[in-house]
Amino acid sequence: MATKVHMEALSPTMEEGQLVQWLKGEGDAIANGDLLAEIETDKATMELVARGEGLLRKIFLDAGGIAEVGSVIAVIAAADEDISGIEGVTGGAAAAAPADEASAPTAPEPAPQAVSAPPAVPPPETSAPAVVPAASPAPGGRIKASPLARRLAEEMGVDITRVSGSGPGGRVVKRDVETAKAAGVAAPVAAPATWASDGAEYEDVPTSQMRKAIAKRLVTSIGPVPTFYLTVDVDMGRVMEARKSINTMLEKDGMRISINDILLKAIAAALRQHPNCNAQWHDGFVRRFSSVHLGVAVAIEDGLITPVVKNAHAKGIAQISAEVRELAGRARDKKLLPDEYTGSTFTVSNLGMLGIREFTAIINPPEAGILAVGGIVETPVVVDGQVTVRPRMRITMSCDHRVIDGAQGARFLQTLQGMLEEPTAILL
Amino acid sequence: MAVITYREALNEALREEMERDPDVFLMGEDVAEYDGAYKISKGLLEEFGDKRVVDSPISELGFTGLCVGASMAGLRPVVEFMTFNFAFLAIDQVINNATKMYYMSDGQFPMPIVFRGPTGAALQLSAQHSQACETYYSHAPGCKVVTPATPADAKGLLKASIRDNDPVAFMEGETLYNFMGEVPEDDDYVIPLGVADLKNEGSDVSIITHGKMVHVALQAAAKLDKDNIGADVLDLRTIRPLDMDAILKTVKKTNRVVYLEEGWPYAGTGAQIVSMIQEEAFDHLDAPILRVTQADIPMPYAKNLEILAKPSADRVIEACNKVLYR
Repeated sequence: MATKVHMEALSPTMEEGQLVQWLKGEGDAIANGDLLAEIETDKATMELVARGEGLLRKIFLDAGGIAEVGSVIAVIAAADEDISGIEGVTGGAAAAAPADEASAPTAPEPAPQAVSAPPAVPPPETSAPAVVPAASPAPGGRIKASPLARRLAEEMGVDITRVSGSGPGGRVVKRDVETAKAAGVAAPVAAPATWASDGAEYEDVPTSQMRKAIAKRLVTSIGPVPTFYLTVDVDMGRVMEARKSINTMLEKDGMRISINDILLKAIAAALRQHPNCNAQWHDGFVRRFSSVHLGVAVAIEDGLITPVVKNAHAKGIAQISAEVRELAGRARDKKLLPDEYTGSTFTVSNLGMLGIREFTAIINPPEAGILAVGGIVETPVVVDGQVTVRPRMRITMSCDHRVIDGAQGARFLQTLQGMLEEPTAILL
Repeated sequence: MAVITYREALNEALREEMERDPDVFLMGEDVAEYDGAYKISKGLLEEFGDKRVVDSPISELGFTGLCVGASMAGLRPVVEFMTFNFAFLAIDQVINNATKMYYMSDGQFPMPIVFRGPTGAALQLSAQHSQACETYYSHAPGCKVVTPATPADAKGLLKASIRDNDPVAFMEGETLYNFMGEVPEDDDYVIPLGVADLKNEGSDVSIITHGKMVHVALQAAAKLDKDNIGADVLDLRTIRPLDMDAILKTVKKTNRVVYLEEGWPYAGTGAQIVSMIQEEAFDHLDAPILRVTQADIPMPYAKNLEILAKPSADRVIEACNKVLYR
């Protein structure tokens, strides 16, 4: 049976994808699981995998072309199979669509470029859908699931969009969720409500009436995330000394760490002492994480992405440094996998290297806080009654007031400041 | 416990309640001299006399109205309809007077009255005499509707109905009258109205039903059991008031429901119960609730067609398999 190749949702927020290149050509033999093409999503360049076998009979979307998630971009079928019906469906839609300017220059031949397929495409007609429990979401369609299956999936932390349904019309029913749970299908990474932060340990604290009232009143003022800002001015002299001596020690390994690496380590250590700042607002409770999954904002061409240093609290500075470097490098090449840029419990944005003294960052929901780090500036300050010049750095924390109160945020910053001004405190 | 018929159980209930309370009397066509068309009132005329066991003219509207008046005056009438198919003639007295009197008199006139008789199809009585009439009565606020399936339930529920201060439509089954079963030998064996009974226990699917259909459900459950499928058979016993707690309990246990009833599907009892289940237990459902009912047609006279039109154990099994995705 012919298999339609759909533009799949390869990132949690992807709505359309650009075809970077086909890794197979028309006429090539395709096995289930073969890499078919590279697709650029809103976040990264991802690989599209074959979900059927036969020959790649027809390619509808050429390199450079953009297509909506769910649209049919190619057909895999047996050599002698009649696929004219499938061509008719997408061809018609493509013919009706105006020529796509963005994709025209790179298209090598006048094939249809932008395939805006009708949303009513049936699910992929793979020969054995049941054996692909961790398939990506049914392209473009709503998920059919029984009410019980939905509830169980939420309770068990199973991403229902990745469960194949065995009920009528592919309905996901109880037994499918249970099977998927056993097979280890994880919670959805995109849905904020169940953002599981990939194995991070946490505690759900029921919201008190006071906290509910704070949340309710503040969102009517600044909503939906009522944010306030706290700035602290830190003397970075000791951190700079520490960096120097660490780098001397690392020299033989050919490694170097940055001020930012020490900062990340200190933030992770400080968050461990202030779990109320390493938290998420949920309806009815506040989820406080004991693990720190630190998102690090990285500027990339035409945008930004926040790769995540998982369990940063448990890692040494050298390891954090190596991970950040590696993740940032791949982020710039748009090669991050979705689980490498989702699941953070707290985020740091550093614009110091661009000459910014201080700034405010916007919270990345459902996290409750983000730190905006400015550059280190030689500043006249009064120490012991004497004006002296010290390397100073400003850190501004944006706090979700539903989760963090002013004093709580301030105490966290105090701890962080203490660690930066006396780095051995990080070891405590 | 004595093993007696459903008919004898009803007779015992009437006798015991008439002995217990001199205000209780029975009126209907042929209930006295003839012992009742189905012999439910056998021996009662002899025992209680013609003031308390009264043959009426063939005029359902007339004698029902008379009994509504008697109830207003403080007596506790039991009205026997030869079948509920004939009670359509009297439904104005039941709905417009009996069920509304307590409300419209601001509580001055309680309405302790029982309307009883067989409902539903027997065999080859054709379209006019093969109707399950429960929903006509359960539709109206103010009327309790009782549908016993076994001799014990028939006795305990009829006694409760006679003691109840509201109008009760007590709906029996012609084909149940000879059904034998154990009945406690206790003058005070009363089953409260509004309490369902789990007649079979299983964990895979819930068959919810009432009245005569309980036996069809039990047949289906026995066959499913051979297939290693456990079915809860929940006998509602009274369809108004409804034992919602028992319904939700079985729904939450099995997550899959088949509603079985003798009557038509359109605006049937099942329609009401399906609505309530989806409102209160939506997140516990793993499949749409299916109903097994009489076909939505007047009952055919032809035997083969009548069998096809009625709910059967096979159709219940089919529905169970569907909600189990088998």
